[in-house]
Amino acid sequence: MYFGGSFSWGDFEFLLYGAATTIAITLVSILIGTCLGVLFGLIRSGSPWWISNSLGAVLDVFRSVPLLIQLVLFNSFNSMFKLNWPTFAVGCICLGVYASAFCTEIVRSGVGAVPQTTRRAARSLGLSWLQELTSITLPIATRVVFPSWIGLTLGVMKDTALVLWIGIVELLRSSQIVTSRVQEPLLILFITGLIYFLMSFPIARLGNQLEKKWGMQ
Amino acid sequence: MDYHFQWRPVLHSLPDMLWGALVTIEIAGLAMLLGTIFAVFLALGKRSGEKYLAWPADVWIETARNTPALFQIYMLYFGLGSVGLQFSSYAALLLGITFNNAGYLAETFRGGFSAVPETQTRAARSLGMGAAQTMWHIVIPQMLRAVFHAMTNQMVWSILMSSLGIIVGLTTDLTGVTQKLNVVTYRTFEYFFVAACLYYIISKTFTLSARIVAWRLFRY
Repeated sequence: MYFGGSFSWGDFEFLLYGAATTIAITLVSILIGTCLGVLFGLIRSGSPWWISNSLGAVLDVFRSVPLLIQLVLFNSFNSMFKLNWPTFAVGCICLGVYASAFCTEIVRSGVGAVPQTTRRAARSLGLSWLQELTSITLPIATRVVFPSWIGLTLGVMKDTALVLWIGIVELLRSSQIVTSRVQEPLLILFITGLIYFLMSFPIARLGNQLEKKWGMQ
Repeated sequence: MDYHFQWRPVLHSLPDMLWGALVTIEIAGLAMLLGTIFAVFLALGKRSGEKYLAWPADVWIETARNTPALFQIYMLYFGLGSVGLQFSSYAALLLGITFNNAGYLAETFRGGFSAVPETQTRAARSLGMGAAQTMWHIVIPQMLRAVFHAMTNQMVWSILMSSLGIIVGLTTDLTGVTQKLNVVTYRTFEYFFVAACLYYIISKTFTLSARIVAWRLFRY
């Protein structure tokens, strides 16, 4: 008797569903990461050195420990304190905090790229601290660091593959599930890789072009 | 919270974890070394403008940069495993990180090569050096200086990426040893916390020593 199936449309739909999960995790975590990153970045660039440096040292921990270990630790935290958060939330928060550590440095370099004289001029024209921030510093800084932010988003998208370890079925995990049914690892991994590539490459190109275009001016 | 921390078993198995840390450093270092060698050729291939050299280099670089590192390791372990090319989990991890490192470093080196003025090459050639000699004695040393900082970052990435071995069943590196102990004792938090500390120490030690080396080598 022949039990082996072959790769069907249903399997492909399953992979696409996994890709949708990957995108969902990416969007939620980059949202968390950007909000925290802007907050921390502003604190880092506008506070006394001892606050700035200690915040920097704390955030540096997230960049010096493997994401996989952070996920495992946070997941075990979740069960130790009986928080009962869904794994999806655990994955997103963990990735979000991880992304915020990188985003903080991006925001900081962006704010640093705004000339001090421009900021002073704005203040002496009568803009309040908040007005100066929202209508002078942030618009200029955003333009400077937007390409790096795109790079960060794509990095987070690739790092979402690690959440399979705590049991979320995203693209890479769904490729494994399909493989265990169809028994054609090379074909399915190839398709999976292609999906990742198509999600990442066009946006990476766009980022590069923006960087070139905006760098010229 | 009615969870009781138990650190004693972790302290007992600390030597095992330290041995695991050595394996981690070994994998990360080897992958970095091999990755650097491949990356130089990839960068040169892409700069050469020859279609037959630039195209494969482009495929390598873009695949490495636009798919997850874990996917690349899976491809080597499960994908190539199914067509008869069997890699151990150690080899799959090492080659996977090498592939990834090479892709990222190639782009870095391409920038580094552009940072070395064309006149340097011409001066070296007119002094009678061969093409390979010029590359080795003039261009590559200056290029390495320009990309040293980026390479330090890549090495830290390499250390962090080596933790992915556990997903393809490697049990000898730091994460692998930790997971093995975790399965026996179920002290997940304690073991992985210590592992996180060790990873932190490894990456910080590396970053600091690289900074000292850079200070010694690159001051004029």
